[in-house]
Amino acid sequence: MAFTFELVSPERLLVSREVDSVVVPAAEGDMTAMPNHAPTMSALRAGMVTVETGGDKEQFVVLGGFADVQPDSCTILAETAATPGDFDRDLLTSRIEEAQTRLKETSDDDERSELEEVLGSLTTLNEQILPA
Amino acid sequence: MANLKELRVRIASVKSTAKITKAMQMVAAAKLRRAQEAAEAARPYSQRMGKVLASLAGGGEPADAPKLMTGTGSDDVHLLVVCTAERGLCGGFNSSIARLARDHARRLLANGKTVKFICVGKKGFDILRREFSDKIIDRVDLRNVKRLGFADADAIGKKVIGLFEDGQFDVCTLFYSEFENVVTQVPTAQQIIPAKPEALTDGEADTGSDVLYEYEPSEADILRSLIPRNISVQIFRGLLENAASEQGARMSAMDNATRNANDMIDRLTLDYNRQRQAKITTELIEIIAGAEAL
Repeated sequence: MAFTFELVSPERLLVSREVDSVVVPAAEGDMTAMPNHAPTMSALRAGMVTVETGGDKEQFVVLGGFADVQPDSCTILAETAATPGDFDRDLLTSRIEEAQTRLKETSDDDERSELEEVLGSLTTLNEQILPA
Repeated sequence: MANLKELRVRIASVKSTAKITKAMQMVAAAKLRRAQEAAEAARPYSQRMGKVLASLAGGGEPADAPKLMTGTGSDDVHLLVVCTAERGLCGGFNSSIARLARDHARRLLANGKTVKFICVGKKGFDILRREFSDKIIDRVDLRNVKRLGFADADAIGKKVIGLFEDGQFDVCTLFYSEFENVVTQVPTAQQIIPAKPEALTDGEADTGSDVLYEYEPSEADILRSLIPRNISVQIFRGLLENAASEQGARMSAMDNATRNANDMIDRLTLDYNRQRQAKITTELIEIIAGAEAL
């Protein structure tokens, strides 16, 4: 069964092709989308999207966004998306710094835990793409 | 009647004007292509976003839908976000957007509503300042932005949403110019808050609306982050359309200017030659008359 994967950032359409499976960094943990997946709408955290086609794996960096999974397609509306090679490291570093300063300033517990989550995913992502 | 020297100076100056407008036209043509490509590249995102929103809205509005979608329940205070260019010399581009916004504002004021402006771009600010200087609450300067990125639009979006959450306005309308082709740009007003998801066209109606979605984390959470994002996306789209329209308008305005300058050069040259010939003829007559008198 054909399964179409689309990765779009506000600036452009990065990928649109048929794949076997997609690993999406969903807000509450990684999620693998395959053909016939139940329709799901998920928020994304910062992380890596892994696309598998016939044994070949390809990765993309996304910083937040949404994934719309349908039985025959998976569309990612990313806030920022790039291949690990093209990715702007400074953007990530500035995001981490921003989250850190906001974490220091806030006194609201809900906001604090939210920020900690964001910070966690950002630093993990930072380590993941370090060698690149 | 101007004398020969004056005409010569005049022709030289019109010639250099023609050179400048010709150069501006070519620069605008090159920029237009880039702006058009950017606008086209951004289209898939807003289309997909519209589809996602439509399928979300198709599942019925949840009771706790964010205010950005449902509105505040009143429409007393209107915020007009007017996007124009930073530079002039692009025909009626800036003034037609400003005129649309001004008419809209006058209509609202006549109905007893309160109007506030945010001006994006210098030119719109300059025009609207004359009539609504006390109503302009903010202006965004994009002069130093070389390549329009989503971050620029997102900053404006966040500002607008921040104002909305503070209860500063009820309805927000975006003004920009839709790029149709090089000679036609259509000034457009688009309501972005409360967000009206576009109605599904018949072909798509059966694909999304009755599908039961699973949400992660929850439908309300998704909507809460999706709607503000959609507002930024709409602004981004407006700015990109505007950028393409501006270059298109400038290109045709400069093309006209070059043609006018060339017409003027032809006229002046004809004038110049005629006067020169008249002078030669007069001199000849004087010489002949002088010789005959001897």
